[in-house]
Amino acid sequence: MADSPLFQALHMEMAHALCEEQEKGLSVLEGVGFRVGQGLSERLTKEMPSFKDELDVLKFLCKDLWVTVFKKQVDNLRTNHQGTYMLQDNQFLLLTQLSNGKQYVEEAPKFLAFTCGLVRGALSNLGFDSTVTAEVPVMPSCKFQVVIQKS
Amino acid sequence: GCCNSCRRELFVLTYGALVAQLCKDYEKDEDVNKYLDRMGYDIGIRLVEDFLARSAVKKCRSYSETVDMIAQVAFKMYLGITPSVSRSNTTENEFFLILENNPLVDFVEELPAGRTSLCYCNILCGVIRGALEMVHLAAEVNFIQDRLKGDDFTEIGITFLKKLEDKKHKRNK
Repeated sequence: MADSPLFQALHMEMAHALCEEQEKGLSVLEGVGFRVGQGLSERLTKEMPSFKDELDVLKFLCKDLWVTVFKKQVDNLRTNHQGTYMLQDNQFLLLTQLSNGKQYVEEAPKFLAFTCGLVRGALSNLGFDSTVTAEVPVMPSCKFQVVIQKS
Repeated sequence: GCCNSCRRELFVLTYGALVAQLCKDYEKDEDVNKYLDRMGYDIGIRLVEDFLARSAVKKCRSYSETVDMIAQVAFKMYLGITPSVSRSNTTENEFFLILENNPLVDFVEELPAGRTSLCYCNILCGVIRGALEMVHLAAEVNFIQDRLKGDDFTEIGITFLKKLEDKKHKRNK
């Protein structure tokens, strides 16, 4: 049961159906991810002690959240210690369903939007405003850039 | 510790967020219902491959066997529940799945305001219909009763239509 492919199937279908009109679709999909990120982060952190700092929160995203959603941890976390973080996943689950062909790199934004929202939503639930963008250097790896907004 | 149940919740949370978004985009309940059904159909036609790979079931030889498989194997595998199955004594080829509990509505107490005709779980009907079509069975699938609408239980009706003909049979006509 833990290995249910329903989430992936639903995500794939949302990426296609919601993004038929690309521009608006990407932000709609990001918004859906945002709501899920808020809810999921709430449930995951229920029994956890509070985080000691921003970096701790990012580590939680890279471990607990990532394992729950993507069945593995983020492979690499980097930061400039001034609010910018780079999360790298070398075998991003939502891209591994796609072929490795070059044409899919153009389609990639559709398959990243939900996750950008998810990360932004999780951070929002934990008290941080952020912007999250993503890029695919080479399939199926993915880099997410998180910039925490200073209040 | 929490990871396994959280993964199941991930699907439920995502589905809920999707329905909420569709309610924003479409004023009419029927439009949301149709959209969910269509998405379910697209998912169903692909999911059946996954199902056949994971379950190694043998070919069903009757509609009744097929519905039993949907309830006892597929629902169990993907949603962790086993709906009970019954069949109509008035309409040929019509079967019912009764869902005692339904994880899709775990976090839903009632339909959103003003959404009295929303078939919240309509994606399930599309999934079943799409999956059946991939094994050459045409069927109408819809919600007959829905707890969220105030009914006593939640019930999906599956009515098998004429079998889809293979291309080679069409040539003989």
